[in-house]
Formats: sequence, structure tokens, C-alpha cells
Amino acid sequence: MPMALSCAELAIALALLSAVVSLFSAWTPRVLRQVATPLTGLSGLAALAAGLVALTSGGVATAQLPLGLPWLPWQLRLDALSGFFLCVIGTVSLAVGIYAPGYLRGFEHGRDSLPALGGFTGLFLAGMLLVMLADDAFLFMVAWELMSLSSYFLVAYHHDQAANRRAALLYLLMAHIGALAILLGFGVLASFGGGFAFDAMRQAQLPFGWASVAFALAFAGFGMKAGLVPLHAWLPEAHPVAPSHISALMSGVMLKVAVYGFIRTVFDLVGQFHWQWGMTVLITGSLSALLGVLYALMQHDLKRLLAYHSVENIGIIFIGLGMALLFLATGHALLGTVAFIAALYHTINHALFKGLLFLGAGAILHSANERDLEKMGGLLRRMPWTGLFFLIGCISISALPPFNGFVSEWLTFQAALQAWQLESGVLRSFVAIAAALLALTGALAAACFVKVYGVAFLGQARSRHVRHARPVPVSMRAGQALLALPCLLLGVLPTTFIGLLNAVPLQVLGHGLTQATSRGWLWLTPVSPQTASYGAPLVAGTLTITLVLGLWLLGRGIRRVRRCDAWDCGFAPPSPAMQYTATAFAQPVRRVFGLLFHISERVEPQADGRRRYTLQVSDRAWGILYLPIARLVENAARNVTRLQSGSVRVYLGWSLATLLVLLWIIA
Amino acid sequence: MSLAAWGLALSQALLYVALAPLLAGWIRKVKARLQNRRGAPVWQPYRDIYKLFGKEARMAHTASLLFRAAPYVVFTATWLAAAAVPLVATGLPTAAIADVIVVAGLLALARFFLALAGMDVGTAFGGMGASREMLVSALAEPAMLMAVFTLAMTAHSTNLDSVVIYQLAGTGMLRPSYLFALAGLVLVAIAETGRIPVDNPSTHLELTMIHEAMILEYSGRHLALMEWAAQLKLLLYGALLANVFLPWGIARDTGAVALGLGLTTVIAKLALLGAALAVSEAVLAKMRVFRVPAFLNLALLLALLGLLSHVILEVGA
Repeated sequence: MPMALSCAELAIALALLSAVVSLFSAWTPRVLRQVATPLTGLSGLAALAAGLVALTSGGVATAQLPLGLPWLPWQLRLDALSGFFLCVIGTVSLAVGIYAPGYLRGFEHGRDSLPALGGFTGLFLAGMLLVMLADDAFLFMVAWELMSLSSYFLVAYHHDQAANRRAALLYLLMAHIGALAILLGFGVLASFGGGFAFDAMRQAQLPFGWASVAFALAFAGFGMKAGLVPLHAWLPEAHPVAPSHISALMSGVMLKVAVYGFIRTVFDLVGQFHWQWGMTVLITGSLSALLGVLYALMQHDLKRLLAYHSVENIGIIFIGLGMALLFLATGHALLGTVAFIAALYHTINHALFKGLLFLGAGAILHSANERDLEKMGGLLRRMPWTGLFFLIGCISISALPPFNGFVSEWLTFQAALQAWQLESGVLRSFVAIAAALLALTGALAAACFVKVYGVAFLGQARSRHVRHARPVPVSMRAGQALLALPCLLLGVLPTTFIGLLNAVPLQVLGHGLTQATSRGWLWLTPVSPQTASYGAPLVAGTLTITLVLGLWLLGRGIRRVRRCDAWDCGFAPPSPAMQYTATAFAQPVRRVFGLLFHISERVEPQADGRRRYTLQVSDRAWGILYLPIARLVENAARNVTRLQSGSVRVYLGWSLATLLVLLWIIA
Repeated sequence: MSLAAWGLALSQALLYVALAPLLAGWIRKVKARLQNRRGAPVWQPYRDIYKLFGKEARMAHTASLLFRAAPYVVFTATWLAAAAVPLVATGLPTAAIADVIVVAGLLALARFFLALAGMDVGTAFGGMGASREMLVSALAEPAMLMAVFTLAMTAHSTNLDSVVIYQLAGTGMLRPSYLFALAGLVLVAIAETGRIPVDNPSTHLELTMIHEAMILEYSGRHLALMEWAAQLKLLLYGALLANVFLPWGIARDTGAVALGLGLTTVIAKLALLGAALAVSEAVLAKMRVFRVPAFLNLALLLALLGLLSHVILEVGA
């Protein structure tokens, strides 16, 4: 175990080194591509190794750094939970480290600052890794801020566009409101535990009221960072505007750091479970999942669409965590563990496929310079490898067997279906409704990714630069392959991976999921073999064998297929403009769920006598939550300006009055 | 689990493939009689499939490799899903491989590729069919899962085999949740298999179709596989309704008598269901596509009511 901790420290050191090395790219641009990004990849590899060792050994390692406050040196701790999240960060960072050299080639001739990109990427990665190891609130907040601030600069990287600057400011604002809530939450815990070290907080015995305050603050703070509805509106603004490999890190990994913070604080530090908390998390998670996917369906900017899907998937993770709280609070330890494992499994799944999809979007951006789905089409023939990997990502995120997304959704359903064991009818029905919403979410996600893949990769190109898109360099393909392969592996061998994951609930909750793996690697039986079993390797094997047999028997290898014009019911041969667009594809959904969107649809006559159709679908969260608060702040600021008379004597009078009031309060 | 049991499971899976066109032919025949036509013989679908396999497959210039692979994926996934639904006998080893959520997942996989194939050539009809199909399924899939979850919660298992056995051992008590679930599942089955009033399998009016629009560009063996997969899906839903809600007669051991009885009863049940479907198709008109969500919301509502009435009323009782 101490070796694992050193390995994790090495990962942080490598990330910092990459940040330092990047500074030299101001003189030699190649440094960023050839030294700095491979270093982040190495850092990811070291984190992955450290995480795997921590997971398999199941022990705990601690250390102190000679940094920090005089009375509180920085405490480091590596246990199974942080080990698992190190694996998540490590895998995606490794893939991004391999992918980025190809992607950054185009940046070398641009006007954007390379040292800023490389430097903040290194700091960002180091910050995320340090959050995992932090064992006191002080170091945690320092690492958290390092992560938030450095990612702010990455969001604002293309700052020549006003929209990006606005998105970055919003991101910074939300990150700090969230950080404030987290800080206050730690404050509550520290005042009862008598210290900022996590060990002291673990020992604290909180009464229900204060524990709920700590929970609410942690949920608000981490939930804001994770992008839960209704606080999600910053996420689809901020994540897509960063360079694509950074978007992959932000959506794939940084959101998971927030999930880690929530699990660490609520499940580990507070260590109490109450059904009221479970209900809060469950309801918020369900709403995030459903609204996230519905808003995603309305998008036609590929990266923005993927960012909305992060809201959906974080929602699914929190459905699992909410059910875990609910079951643990009512004394069903086994079921709580199933839900907890489901949430963890979805955490790593989402990191893998969302990272993969963002890398794919980056590949399209790299070779066709296009983010708008309405201008894509036919990319599968232009870039077959990216097309294949993107398809794997689409199938995985749509929760279809035999890929990984299906396994975590299956586990979540299995936990939900045990709701009959709960004593209260109200709780039972809420879990049942959450399961219904999850089913709806899954089906809508599939619809959304049919739209994405069908419009972007199939059909014919809708614009000239997409028609001439070229395949991306090998390094970029390798980065995508590195994330696509585990998507398949985690889908086909779930039992093996759950055996590995088992160390986490064993340490955090004190219960494992031994019966899940009791029948060998072929069978996944989370509750008991009688209740449900899923032979994932058998399903995948049969699917493959039958498919190959079918192709061999009927296709006879590559039997010739005659090419001709499209039939299309005998109409004129279709032109690219006659294809279904992304907006058209989503139109039925927009109509059915119209109440949930803010839709403005107009037909305006133009000067030349033609008519122009505009459609704008926006997020209701803006009108309901964000704009009123913004207006409130503005009004308050305007009222404060009344004090501003311009006369020094009045100001001095105000200062004196303030002083007197303060003295009166203290005395 | 013995080799014989696996053999039986394999033959049941093959039986699905063999019987699927027959059910489609039977429904067509009954429908024709109701319309005062003589109609094609019940084995006409077999002839169609045979003929299509012999024909040359043609593909549009714009079609990609996915278009070629899709029929195989669609057929295999649908077939695998069917193999996990008990048809003639219970207690087969295949039942443990895939529970009802996996069945729904495999059907969703088939639908995913079907819709992608529809969009591949880049015609407006294909895109339209795919868009509508995904809307219909987005509303139908949760309804289906809710309906089956009601049964699964009652039987304390998502394994279809265990649900059937639980039903057989049941006291015959009529649970309100069952009726809701059954009604919801019937509506879902109609929508998912593309029957009137949601979709019309024999339409040739371009603007009204969903499933046919997606496979418009297929020909030859590819079309045969797509048609066959659709027939398999119809049989799957028939078997689900017949064996899960009315499981009586299904073979519980591997004896010849039990199997024979199981086969006879399931064919009788499916014939009845098919006739009922034909009658409903003869008296109903296809609805506008934007009326379909109302239809499916009803299914979702019924299924959810079933689930809620189960978790609220029946669990503690």
C-alpha cells in the first residue's frame, strides 16, 4: 500500500512537471506536443496503477506532507474509494495524453497561447489527483480550488469569442458558490469533530439536525459542481467551449471528482444515513436524468449535446446513490450496497464513454472543423476508425447490451426492483417512479444517439468541408481505442470488475457484495441467483457467434452487392439537403415534451420576399432560477449605489456609523 | 444443467425462428377473411422469405458498411431476445442468461441498428421512419419495463422463467396490478410490433409508415432478414403475453408428453392472440402520428398504475 501512495504522489509530480515543461512551449511549440502531453499521459498511467493496487489490496495508506498550516500539515490518505476514483482519472487521462499530441498539432500555428494550455492542463490534472488523496479539509479545499481555477482558464482558453468569456465567468461563479457551500459543510463537521482532519470528522457524533445541515451543504456544493438540475445550466455552457481533449477531462473526470466529494463527505465523513436524504438525492437525480436527456435531444451542437448528456448521466449516478442512502437508512445493507455499486459502476462507465465521445467530437472538429450536426453527414466513410469508436461510445451511452452502460443501468434497475422490501409505501412508490423515469431516460438517450450518429456519420455530407474530411492521425485513433476497449470489457466481464470494486463498499459501508460474484465470472447475480442473473459473457459470445455465422452463411464472405441509386419510393435521387436534419429528427420529441422547453419558433418575412424560419429551444432553468437571481443581484447592486453621493463627508459618516454598529455588536 | 436441457433450449430458440412467419401469415389470413377476401395461404411469409433470399441484394451508392451489417445485427439481437422468453417449456438454462431487462435491452439494440440503417442512405423517408420509431419506442419501452416490473416485483425476480413458475404456483388470485400491467403491455406490444393503430405493416403510403420507411432501401437477403426479425418480434411479444400472463399449459419438465402439451397450448394461445389482433386491426383505423404519444402515454400510465398499485396496495397485504 505505501507503494501505491508513492505511485499516486508520482502521478501528481508528473502532472506538475508537465505544467512546468509546458512553459517552454512559448519558445519551442513542439515541447507541448512531444513532452508535456505525454507526461500527462504518464501521470494518468501512474494514477491508474496506484488506484488498481489500492483496489486490489483493500488496505489504507497515509502520509504527511511538510506543507500547509503550522498546526496542520497536509495529510494524504489512499484507500479503496480514492483508489477507484484514481483509476477513473488515470484511464481517461492516459487516453487523453495519447490523443492530445495529434489534436494539438493544429494549435501550434494558431494565435492561442500554448504555455497556458499545457500549464493549466497539468495543474488541472494535479488538482484532481490531489483531491483524491486529501485527508483533511484544508488540503481538500486547496486541491479543489486548484482544479476549479485551472479549469476556468481552460474554459476561457478561446477567449477571443465573447460567448466563451461569458461561459467561463459563469463557470467560475458557480464553482465558487459551490466551493463556499462545501467549505461551510466542512465547517459544520469540523466544529463537531474538533479538527479539520478527516479522521476527526469521522469520529464526530452529529445530531440529526446538524448532520442534515452538513448533508445539505455538501449536496448543494458537490451537486452544483456535478451539474445536477436545477443548478446545471452552467455546465452545457462551459464544457463545450474548452478544447475537446479538455472537454473530455472535464465531463469525463472532473464531474466524477464532485461525485467522489459527495461520497466521501456523506457516506464516509458524516457516516449517517437518513431516508429523507435518500429521497432528496433520488428525486434530484431522477429529474437531472430526465431533463438532461430531453435538453440534449434539442441540441444540434455536438459538444453541447454531449455536455447535456453529462447532466443526464450524473443524474443516473445520483439515482443510485439516493437509493443507496434510502436502503441503508432503512436497514437494508445488502440492497444499499447493490445501489452503491451500481452508482460506482456508472461512474466509471460514464467517464469512459463520455471521454470517448468527446474525443470523437474532437476528431471531427480536428478534421472537418465542424461542431454543428446540421452540417455533418457521411463521416463514417471519411473517417472509418473514428466512426467505429464513436459508434461504440453511442451504444454504450444508450445502455445497450453487451456494452458497459447497460450493466450499470441493469444494476440500478435491480436495486430499484427490490423496493418491495421497504416498509413504507411512500418510499416504495418513489423508488418505483424513479425506475420508470430511468427507463424513459434510457430510451430517450438511445433516440438521441441515433440522431447523433445518424446525422453525423451516416447519410451524405451536408457541407463542403465535411465532405472533404480526412482521417485523424494514428495517435488520436489510439486514444479513442484506449477508451473504447474498456467500454466493451466492462460490458462483457461485469462480474470480474464488480469483484474488484467490492473493496470500496467494504471499506466505506462495511458491507461487500459477495453473492454478486458467487457463481463465477460468467454470471452476475447482485442480490441472489434466484432474483436475477445476467450472463454477460454468454450474451456477448452468442451475439458474436450468431452474427459471424450469419454473415458467413448468408453473406458468404463478401458476396457482391450491386450498387444502384437509392430507391426512395421512386422519387428523384435524394440530395444531401433532402436528408433528415438533427432538428427534424428531434421534432416529435419537442412536440411531445413541449412544456419542458422554452421554445421560440418564428417565421419572419425577409427583405427579398422570402421567409426565414428560426427556432430556438432554451433551458427553462434560465428563466426559472438563474435570471431571477441575476436580477435580484443587479437590483441589490443598484440600490446600494444610492449611497454613492460623491461627497466625502457622507462616506465618512457611513464609515463612522458602521464602526459604531460593529462596536455595539461586539460589546 | 445437462446437455439435453441446452439442446432443448436451442430447439426452442430455433422454434421461434421457425414459427415466426407462421404467426404473421395466420394474422394476415384471418384479417383477409374478415375483409371478405380469400387471402394468401398462411405459409405465404415462408415463400416470401425463401424468394427474397434467392434474390440479389442491392444497395444505394450512398449506403455505408453499417447498412450491410445492420440486418444481421437486428436479426441476431431480436432472436437472442426471443430465446430468453419461455415458449414451450420452463426451467431451460437459457433463462438464467438473460432476464427481462436484458430482453428489453436486446430489443433496444436491434431497434438502434434498425433506425441507424434507416438513416444511412440519407433519404428523407428513412430519417422520418427512424425519428418516429425512436419516439414510439422512447415512450413504449418504459411502459413495457414498468408492466414487466410489476410482475417481477410480485414474483421477486426479474427472471421471466421464475415469473412464469411463480404464476403457475399462484393461488389464482386476481391482482389489480396484473390487469393494469396486462392492459399496458398489450398497448406496448401493438406499438412495438408496428401494428394498427400505431403503424401499418402492409402500408404503401409513404407518409404514414414507420417501420416500412426504415427498411425501404433494403432488398434481397437483407430485406428477408429484416422482415423475419419483425415477425420474430411479433412472436416474442405474443409469447410474452401468452406465457407470462396466462402460463397454464407450459411444460414444466422435459418429458415428451409435457413438451407436446406445452407446444399445443402455446400454439393455441398464439392463434387466439393473433386472431384477436386481426379483429382489432379490422375494426380500428390507423391514427395520426401525433395521436400516437397519447396512445403510448395511456400505456405508460396503465403500467405505472399497475406498478404503484402493486407497491402500495399489495406488498404489505
